[in-house]
Amino acid sequence: MATVTTTAPAVQEEKLIEELGFDDHFHEHEHGDKYKSNFITKYIFSMDHKIIARQFLITGMIWAIIGAGMSIIFRMQLGFPEESMAWLRPLLGKWIEINPDTGVGTLAPEFYYALVTMHGTIIVFFVLTAGLSGTFSNLLIPLQLGARDMASPFLNMLSYWFFFLSSVIMFYSLFLSTGPFAGGWVAYPPLSALPQASDGSGTGMTLWTLSLVFFVVSVALGGVNYVTTVLNMRTKGMNMWRMPLTIWAFFVTAILALLSFPVLVSGFLLLMFDRGMGTSFYLSEIFIGGQALDHVGGSPILYQHLFWFLGHPEVYIIILPAMGLVSEVLSVHCRKPIFGYKAMVFSILAIGFLSFIVWAHHMFMSGVNPFISNFFVIFTLIIAVPSAVKVFNWISTMYKANIRYNAASLFAIGFVSMFISGGLTGIFLGNSAIDIQMHDTYFVVAHFHIVMGIAAFFGMFAGVYNWFPKMFGRYMNDTLGKIHFWGTIVGAYAIFWPMHYLGMAGVPRRYYRFDNFDTFSHFATMNQFITIAAILTFGFQILMVINFFYSIWKGKKVTTQNPWGATTIEWTTPVRPGHGNWPGKLPTVQRWAYDYGKNGREFIPQVEPLKEGEGDQGH
Amino acid sequence: MSTGLIIIGCLILIVIVVVQIGKVTELAAKIRGEEEVQLESNRRNGLLMLVFMVVFLVYCVWSAMHYKNWMLGYGPHEAASAHGGVLDSLFNVTLFFTGIVFIITHIALFWFAYKYHGRKGVISTFIPHDNKLEIIWTAVPAVVMCFLVIRGLVAWNEVMGDVSDSGEDYMEIEATGSQFLWYLRYPGPDGKLGARDYKMITGKNPLGQDWTDDKNLDDFQPNDIVLPVGKKIRVRITARDVLHNFFLPHFRVKMDAVPGMPTYFVFTPIKTTEEYRQELRKYPEYQQPTDPKDPTSEPLWKTFNYELACAELCGKGHFSMRKLVRIVSEDEYNAWLKEQQSYYMSSIRGSDEDPRKDELLGIEIEQRKQDFNLAVEKALAAEKADEKIIRLNYVTFETGSANLTALSKYELDNIVATLNKFPNMTIEVAGHTDNEGEDAANLFLSDNRAKAVYNYLTGKGILQSRLTAKGYGENRPIDTNDTEEGRAKNRRTEFQILTQ
Repeated sequence: MATVTTTAPAVQEEKLIEELGFDDHFHEHEHGDKYKSNFITKYIFSMDHKIIARQFLITGMIWAIIGAGMSIIFRMQLGFPEESMAWLRPLLGKWIEINPDTGVGTLAPEFYYALVTMHGTIIVFFVLTAGLSGTFSNLLIPLQLGARDMASPFLNMLSYWFFFLSSVIMFYSLFLSTGPFAGGWVAYPPLSALPQASDGSGTGMTLWTLSLVFFVVSVALGGVNYVTTVLNMRTKGMNMWRMPLTIWAFFVTAILALLSFPVLVSGFLLLMFDRGMGTSFYLSEIFIGGQALDHVGGSPILYQHLFWFLGHPEVYIIILPAMGLVSEVLSVHCRKPIFGYKAMVFSILAIGFLSFIVWAHHMFMSGVNPFISNFFVIFTLIIAVPSAVKVFNWISTMYKANIRYNAASLFAIGFVSMFISGGLTGIFLGNSAIDIQMHDTYFVVAHFHIVMGIAAFFGMFAGVYNWFPKMFGRYMNDTLGKIHFWGTIVGAYAIFWPMHYLGMAGVPRRYYRFDNFDTFSHFATMNQFITIAAILTFGFQILMVINFFYSIWKGKKVTTQNPWGATTIEWTTPVRPGHGNWPGKLPTVQRWAYDYGKNGREFIPQVEPLKEGEGDQGH
Repeated sequence: MSTGLIIIGCLILIVIVVVQIGKVTELAAKIRGEEEVQLESNRRNGLLMLVFMVVFLVYCVWSAMHYKNWMLGYGPHEAASAHGGVLDSLFNVTLFFTGIVFIITHIALFWFAYKYHGRKGVISTFIPHDNKLEIIWTAVPAVVMCFLVIRGLVAWNEVMGDVSDSGEDYMEIEATGSQFLWYLRYPGPDGKLGARDYKMITGKNPLGQDWTDDKNLDDFQPNDIVLPVGKKIRVRITARDVLHNFFLPHFRVKMDAVPGMPTYFVFTPIKTTEEYRQELRKYPEYQQPTDPKDPTSEPLWKTFNYELACAELCGKGHFSMRKLVRIVSEDEYNAWLKEQQSYYMSSIRGSDEDPRKDELLGIEIEQRKQDFNLAVEKALAAEKADEKIIRLNYVTFETGSANLTALSKYELDNIVATLNKFPNMTIEVAGHTDNEGEDAANLFLSDNRAKAVYNYLTGKGILQSRLTAKGYGENRPIDTNDTEEGRAKNRRTEFQILTQ
């Protein structure tokens, strides 16, 4: 540990850009500023990646409130099945069934299942895919790579508006008289294929599918842009090994999304054929509603293969960006380089590759040939190795660091804890023999909520608190942010930790009540505890939302270009960057992204040239 | 309305409070100096990290103790199947390794978070990587994973191996998921489940059993799963409409039920329900009364039962698909088996859906022959003439005509056999009707019906000299003609032994 030498003031970085920057004559051309022309093109149909990022973020936040609010409603049913929910009638209408004798209102079972389904769909796709990857890929890829914008700003704009369209359709489906889709977010046929099987499988399912097809279009347009931008639009000196881990994560995420989402669409297409055109891809020998259907020869398991071929990469599409954000935030606020940068990159690549050959671990008990499962067990448990490497590297990053505590760094540390807790339970579930008992129990619910729900949210929060100054030129209130963190980490563990025990007891997920079974009815107290914890935790999220919107207009103003003393080049732009990001020349990159605490200096920005004889990690 | 206003008021209040907290803290920071505040925050949050670690780890250990009864393989939560123990121990081995990793990483994470909180005038140490360390912590998890994978796969292939070709002794039962109940089917005495076709499903035939398949005739559909302890069971799992999942939590058995594709799970129950109850009895938690408010109610252990649940979302009634599972001794099982009646015999036989309506099954033919011979013996031994009459309950005619129904021939063949056995026997065949309709018409009809029997018998080679046929119309009722029941009894065909 050495003593502090004066931090390089941001002015010096500006000078370096002036001196060494790359002049692309951007501002000499008229198109440079044409996007500023009016309110609509600037804030609504904007092609500026920074505005699109904000659009993704705010839409995602609205969905997060809806999705989490739904979980509160069904948690109340699970925790307090005897309490009257009649007071929710103004909001939920006929979905609250009032017992005419006692006046007690309970959630209708079909609506319970609709809520569970929508909660999953919304959080997985709209919040943790669009809201997370959509926000930060858009914001950070051009800024951290030194590009003026995305490769195709127009496709980027379309990407958001397809997401918006998809959102509108899904939102509309919530108000159907038959209710939204209620067959689980995985939408397994025949339940999802046959309106006779469930009310939500009629129009609700049609809109659900339509919405997700538009969503995939959005993801594809975004993904093409991210990949192209990363490959082609890095500024001078920014070779691949100098990219911050955020960019690596977004890059691999985009590739995963491009390869896997189209498979989902093909799966949906066949499902639509089965629903509307009498084909039998997924349906066979079904007797329902007093009628034997004509479909023969199909297999519902085919759908499961197609779904999980997306579905598994999807969980990495969710968690990789969070990992990238955490790596960056942790390093910046630890004032220390990320430990094992290359190992981190290789583990991202390894996880990305492996994510394509493990999908059937969701299907061990689906009736697939048990022999096939052998391979999926092996590949699944191999993923534990790169995941473990990442965890050890994050922990090592904190060793002999000088951690600056704020909401961003707290959430980054919280992420690591969540990722460990949830990741380790994956080792149980990935082993097919243990999965016999654990499959579709609360153990699974606990596992994936901690590892890809809470952890991904923590990564997202770390990102929001950290880059809010870049997005809005103001800070979010840090005290509220810290309260948000402590409330959320305690609350999240209070909600999901006990669910492991439910799972061990064999309690199945997606149960509307537990009192039909002696085996599952021992946990009334625990269920009440979980519900109360969920309500409180939800309250802490509202705190964050208030803080967010208040700070956009009234937060403390950012006065320096580089408030966190970060090395990466997004902090060399003006406090409120215009379209094109840098007012003059583009910065050129001289070193890797993690020179913290090097040579007795707190940090060395990427734009600063290497000194004579100074080694660079990024080559 | 007023509650709505109160809620809105509360929300506004919360927003105001939150915003004010924000403002105050920012103002305070400005006054105290932002660097000072940041250092204070580093110290405080570093400490909180340490506190959190302790509280969290204590919470983990405490909750594990508190819910120890639900730890797999522990005391009251032991597996009741032969393979279950293997899975439980695999779970616990995994718990051991992951537990170590969990505790070490969490201690390191939060300890570093505390120890290296930001201090004034300190610069972190530049450690970009360390190849030796990284190789170690890549290799160690890889080795542990290899160990877990090998153990897991050995167990998996052992458990999931099928028995149908292995020549082992096993018993097959079938469970069919349907919205929202399970249908169970046992193979009956022949040990084989009959063929099914989903297109044959009706209200009366919920499984679409093909009644022309002999194997179906003895299959029965019990309400509960009753199985003998120690016997290898192969469950054939199917679904009628959507996906379901056959889940026996105590036996560590789980498998999807897929329409159009039967799946299988093989397991051996090793503890009877009673044995499991006795084991639970040892735990004070299970000595509590079932109803906490009523201390005199049965203790929990006594009411324990194995259960079958559905573990794949199948619609709005998914949470209610329960069946009782009873594991009993071999003797109890056999006794139970005796009580079970074939579904075909109890619900299908003779109904419109029965494709074998016009024929008798071998067992029925045998039964009727015995009954008939018994009646003949009795008549032969009788003294009085009217006790030598044998009623032919199974000889029936189409309504209003003298055409014999197809099923009548079995009883008539019994007469033929008897007449052949006793060559000196002569009989009188008599037809009777109830009092509905014209007297003359009734007399005519009964005469013709008696003749029809006469013709059948002569057609089978019985000498005409041994037979007479006579119609008595409504003249000799054996019961009242005022009720339908009585009238049905009066419409009858019988014969009287004249000489023997």
